[in-house]
Amino acid sequence: MEGDIAIRARGLSKHFGSLKAVDDVDLTVPARQIYGFLGPNGSGKSTSIRMLCGLLTPTSGDIEVLGLQIPAQAEVLRQRIGYMTQQFSLFTDLSVRENLEFLSAVQNMPVRNARARIEELLAEFQFEGRADQLAGTMSGGQKQRLALAGAVIHKPELLFLDEPTSAVDPESRRDFWEKLFELADAGTTILVSTHYMDEAERCHRLAILNRGRLVADGSPAELTGKLDGRTLLVETGRQRSARNVLLSQPGVISAAQIGNSLRLLTTEDPVSAEELRGALRAEGIQAEIAPVEPSLEDVFVAVTHRDSDPTPEQRASPREENS
Amino acid sequence: MNGRRLFAVLQKEFRQMRRDRMTLAMIIGIPMMQLVLFGYAINLNLRHLPAAIADQAETSASRRQVMDMLATEVIEPVADAQTPQQVMTMLRRGEISVGIVIPYDYERRLALGQEAIQILVDGSDTVVQSAAAQLAQVPVGEPPPENNISLPNRQSSVPLPRGPVSIVSFYNPQRVSAINIVPGLIGIILTMTMVMFTAVAIVRERERGNMELLIATPVSSIELMLGKVLPYGLVGLIQTSLILLLGTWLFGVPIRGSLLDVYIASLLLILANLTMGLLISTRAQSQFQAMQMTLFVFLPSILLSGFMFPFDGMPKAAQWLAEILPLTHFLRLIRGVMLRGAGVFELWPDLLALVVFIILMMTLAVRRFRKRLD
Repeated sequence: MEGDIAIRARGLSKHFGSLKAVDDVDLTVPARQIYGFLGPNGSGKSTSIRMLCGLLTPTSGDIEVLGLQIPAQAEVLRQRIGYMTQQFSLFTDLSVRENLEFLSAVQNMPVRNARARIEELLAEFQFEGRADQLAGTMSGGQKQRLALAGAVIHKPELLFLDEPTSAVDPESRRDFWEKLFELADAGTTILVSTHYMDEAERCHRLAILNRGRLVADGSPAELTGKLDGRTLLVETGRQRSARNVLLSQPGVISAAQIGNSLRLLTTEDPVSAEELRGALRAEGIQAEIAPVEPSLEDVFVAVTHRDSDPTPEQRASPREENS
Repeated sequence: MNGRRLFAVLQKEFRQMRRDRMTLAMIIGIPMMQLVLFGYAINLNLRHLPAAIADQAETSASRRQVMDMLATEVIEPVADAQTPQQVMTMLRRGEISVGIVIPYDYERRLALGQEAIQILVDGSDTVVQSAAAQLAQVPVGEPPPENNISLPNRQSSVPLPRGPVSIVSFYNPQRVSAINIVPGLIGIILTMTMVMFTAVAIVRERERGNMELLIATPVSSIELMLGKVLPYGLVGLIQTSLILLLGTWLFGVPIRGSLLDVYIASLLLILANLTMGLLISTRAQSQFQAMQMTLFVFLPSILLSGFMFPFDGMPKAAQWLAEILPLTHFLRLIRGVMLRGAGVFELWPDLLALVVFIILMMTLAVRRFRKRLD
């Protein structure tokens, strides 16, 4: 493998008409790690992945994947990558084994190797006894396991997974991530997109995308570390009214209700807990306010609120004037 | 191109086809249905056509002649007429389909061996025209001399020979017969099903997301395209065999040329339609669009190819357009081979036209089919 960088992209952009689906993104994905793309729907995750594996031609920008220039050398790259699409894209009217047989042939695997590899995958992905079941009749979790088995059948160096867990239950998601870590340990570089925070937290490194822009990247610890001191937990009996009061305070970016408490995110110039307590008391609301460990969700809110249109609720609050 | 990959694509295609009941039903059902519908719609054994008889001779011989014709049950008198003019008026108004005129000098004409009876036919209805041919077989004169009337040769489209009964076909001088239709039907059915099958099959893979997975693998465009063309080509040959079998069995359609030539012509039409389907699939965004585009090919094919209307009767512009359609060339080939007993290579201009069409379509399709999503 070329150095320790699997993917390098500079100034990557893709425009569909006037829509900038991906806008000037720089990426560096280290080899043998799980790299996450975190972002809401329409943030450019899928478009970026498709450009990186040579399915879409970028409007501008340079891409180097496994030392190959993309899209020029995309055909060579195709033998070395696995790609799992967002939508289940194996053949629903073929059985589990037939799908794997087809993929092994398409990936140019010699027949003998392919047969052994298919048996290995059937066991590894728990398809014993189901090898002859039609793919279309399986559950979401099973389909997703089959899709992953298909994507790794030729033992690719690099694996692209586009929102692989969007249609599966939490238990299947956990199992799925176990598989990903096994693959990464075995030396596979994995680029996975998700909109689940808990999944993003498991990545070695991640990039946060919003409206086609890369708004933050780094390891989860680095990203949350930058928010130290900016997250507060408010315990109160009257969350709804407390939330309205707090959102109108300068320096408060968001106040999310979590069960019986409110989770506050403040600007880089932190507001003291004392001030906020005072503001609440002035409205007759009793509350306990204490610092809390920042999470990726806080990071996400912090980096995306900056360049997003204010929601009607936020527009009503005076703090928007300086943001 | 890689043999193992191509084989894998073919195998996949056959497995999917085997499980797709609707497509299987179409492969067998459409040819059978069309053949039976078209075949019996042009049934020659028509009976009880409304008729008027103007017997101007009014001799015992003429009356006996009329009775003989009525005995065939092909016609049923519904109106009285005295003059040929009255018969023609009734024919124009659609009150009758067949008019029989026996002139004053019936017996003299018969004696001289001239045309003695005129049957006026509503030629706007080809079925009626065929029925009139049956009337012409009724022996004329007394005693009925069999050799006095020459049987119209039903197996060719030459004008009916002049016997004592002359048939004047109004409104449609051309005669279309079952024999003529069945070979053409091979072309119609292949055009209808082949273009649609390939176009829809590929667009369906795109809609289901299979295509995105496929193009991210090393499989090549030509492998994907051949993987579609070859299985459906086989389906086309099966359909051809089915129509030939039913055509000869049900309607006694002759195959005067060699069977191999029939299959060569059919295979060329199949490939022409499949490659056209491929080209459509590179354009269509959805299965519905693919169906719509198929109709754009299908309608002119049916109307302009010479299947429904005689090619030579069409305006020049329509003829030029028809020359682009594979079905036009196929009809000339298949009629030549099946009905005239011609060899397929004697008809080389049409053979060549089909080959050129196939090469052009395949090239365009492969060039347009990109292993890209944009």
